[in-house]
Amino acid sequence: MSLSNAEPIIIAFCCHYCAYAAADLAGSMRLQYPPNLRIIRTPCTGRLEVEYFLKAFENGADGVLVAGCEEGGCHFKEGNLIAKRRVNYTRELLAEIGLEKERLRMVNIGATDARPFAEIIQDMVETIREMGPSPLKRNNLLIQQEMRS
Amino acid sequence: MIVAERKSIPELVDILKDHKRILVLGCGTCVTVCLAGGEREVSIISSALRIAAQVKGLDFKIEELTIERQCDNVFIEQAAEAIERNDAVLSLGCGAGVQAIAERYASKPVYAGLDTAFLGVLEERGVWAEKCAACGSCVLHEYGGICPVTRCAKHMLNGPCSGSREDRCEVRPDRPCAWQLIYQRLKGIGQLDRLKKMESAKNWSSSLNGGSRVIIREDHRI
Repeated sequence: MSLSNAEPIIIAFCCHYCAYAAADLAGSMRLQYPPNLRIIRTPCTGRLEVEYFLKAFENGADGVLVAGCEEGGCHFKEGNLIAKRRVNYTRELLAEIGLEKERLRMVNIGATDARPFAEIIQDMVETIREMGPSPLKRNNLLIQQEMRS
Repeated sequence: MIVAERKSIPELVDILKDHKRILVLGCGTCVTVCLAGGEREVSIISSALRIAAQVKGLDFKIEELTIERQCDNVFIEQAAEAIERNDAVLSLGCGAGVQAIAERYASKPVYAGLDTAFLGVLEERGVWAEKCAACGSCVLHEYGGICPVTRCAKHMLNGPCSGSREDRCEVRPDRPCAWQLIYQRLKGIGQLDRLKKMESAKNWSSSLNGGSRVIIREDHRI
């Protein structure tokens, strides 16, 4: 795999009560969206910790998407608001670390929003593709290339 | 409790850049409660350092460990093997913890990963406020349990300064005027007459001005 054609990998933490249902519905509706997503179902985005996002990047993710319920519509009342604060904190931390903070994004999606879900994924993949592979992955690919040559 | 804040990642990378094997050592007491240096923060800071190192082309091998208390030899012993097998220690303890580890391991570089800020309490979720300056000569009984040395920006023992706006401090408008609080508190407990007494100048020799402090209890020595 070369650097130019490396497909971005995006880890998507999807809330069971909304975004995961939207992803499921998108599948049922046979809506097309890029296959770069690795969905992890979570009971509530409020369960997600800063470490989870960092571990995803550490393990080679090019982008991380957190998809929770719409504000005011969280199944657990305010889990998505807790997640929002943690995502914002992590974005600042990523900037400190030297990674683009745009690689981590939080969106709010309703359970019936299959089409917006597909559009968000399309947009996220395009954004990450424009940024190029994560520097962590880039370094690993360079090492692999050097070892092959 | 002792309240601290983590240093920025670029600062930590700069401190550690000459080392390869690094132990990030957390403390399970005060800095865990103030969310600065407990097990969770050890995990976050370690991940952040690993990613930052890769971005900058550095080679960090980071080990994570959290002990119950870094300022106590009994607990420091539990980290002995981990400290031995690493080139350097990044302590996420308070200043006392960092120094306790450094004193015990003379040949091992030990660095502070946190900025120790103050002695305080959790005021509300995510907000810690300073309450005690550890001046060594407590005057709280005179002021209804509210410390003018710590909480008045001018450390006035015979306040107020008359600069407060509403009930806010003029130096830090986001904080309440300590003397307003003292007045309300003394009024509430029926001890307003305490304010008629003029306090003499504070003797700061029991504070840091008298040099590094030590307390010796002969009845507890072996």
